[in-house]
Amino acid sequence: MSWSAFLPYVAVMAVVTYLIRMLPLTAFRKPIRSRFVQSFLTYIPYAVLGAMTFPEVFYSTGDLRTAAVGVLTAVILAWRGKSLLTVAVAACAAVAAAQGILLLIG
Amino acid sequence: MNRDFGKGIRHGIPIALGYLSVSFAFGMKAVGDGLSWLQAVLISATNLTSAGQMAGLPLMLGGATLTEMALTQLTINLRYGLMSLSLGRKLDGSMGTLQRLIFSFANTDEIFAVASSQPGKVGKSYLYGLMLTPFLGWTAGTLLGGVAGTLLPAFVRSALGIAIYGMFLAIILPPARERKPVRFVVALSVALSLCFRYIPGLNRVSSGFVIIICAVAAAAAGAAVYPEQGGEGS
Repeated sequence: MSWSAFLPYVAVMAVVTYLIRMLPLTAFRKPIRSRFVQSFLTYIPYAVLGAMTFPEVFYSTGDLRTAAVGVLTAVILAWRGKSLLTVAVAACAAVAAAQGILLLIG
Repeated sequence: MNRDFGKGIRHGIPIALGYLSVSFAFGMKAVGDGLSWLQAVLISATNLTSAGQMAGLPLMLGGATLTEMALTQLTINLRYGLMSLSLGRKLDGSMGTLQRLIFSFANTDEIFAVASSQPGKVGKSYLYGLMLTPFLGWTAGTLLGGVAGTLLPAFVRSALGIAIYGMFLAIILPPARERKPVRFVVALSVALSLCFRYIPGLNRVSSGFVIIICAVAAAAAGAAVYPEQGGEGS
């Protein structure tokens, strides 16, 4: 793709994304008093990550069966409080193992 | 000061490793679709957002208008606005306007999630460390994917696809296990997300909007049903 066509797109993407992240952090500096709003903002990260993970995770490996094995592995380890890295690596390893088993069977 | 910076760097390592695999896939796709590796890396280095970048690719390659590009990015990335609003409450006195302007660039889903899960307030040294490793992982992964993506065997590439979600699960499940309100919010958000995916009609809503709708509805319901537990400001 030519640079003259490419650069305006990248500039728009970068500026819009930055403004979304920057304005709420710089413009709203006063402590929030409303208990509802405080609770709402506390819960937002969990709600966002939940909606981003399901059902998308089941399509992340290109095969529903290997993804299910990966999800089960990740859920068990995460539930037991293992670290981010441990859970992520174990999920990948479980998917790879499931792919190997499917290859042997099929 | 330096100890906090080091701690941030360390906390950023799992994020960076998760990013490596996701940005690797992005670099591979961008170059496969007709960008140069340098262009792919430039997108990653200036945007630092997986969903937004993935959505931007077909738009620029298909010659979309800049307005359409701006509106797409706004929709998909609007959730960062909520995260920035939420994280603003966690920042200590060392985060002045300049520091906020710098850190804003890197307020991604994962950096936000890790920063939010720290006890008490967080300061600039920790946050600068926490943004550095993931930024390097994200751009390096894009570079590797763009240059060498086709060299990896297919089974490795598909196994890497689940890494980022494993990380998400590791962030949300421990607090969901310990705190009923978090359990309630996560369950509701996931249920809504499933509805938007599988119910005819609802599944035509774009993915960026779906995340905003699910997250706002679930967090608002959580705040209405369990106002005390969530409101200590921690």
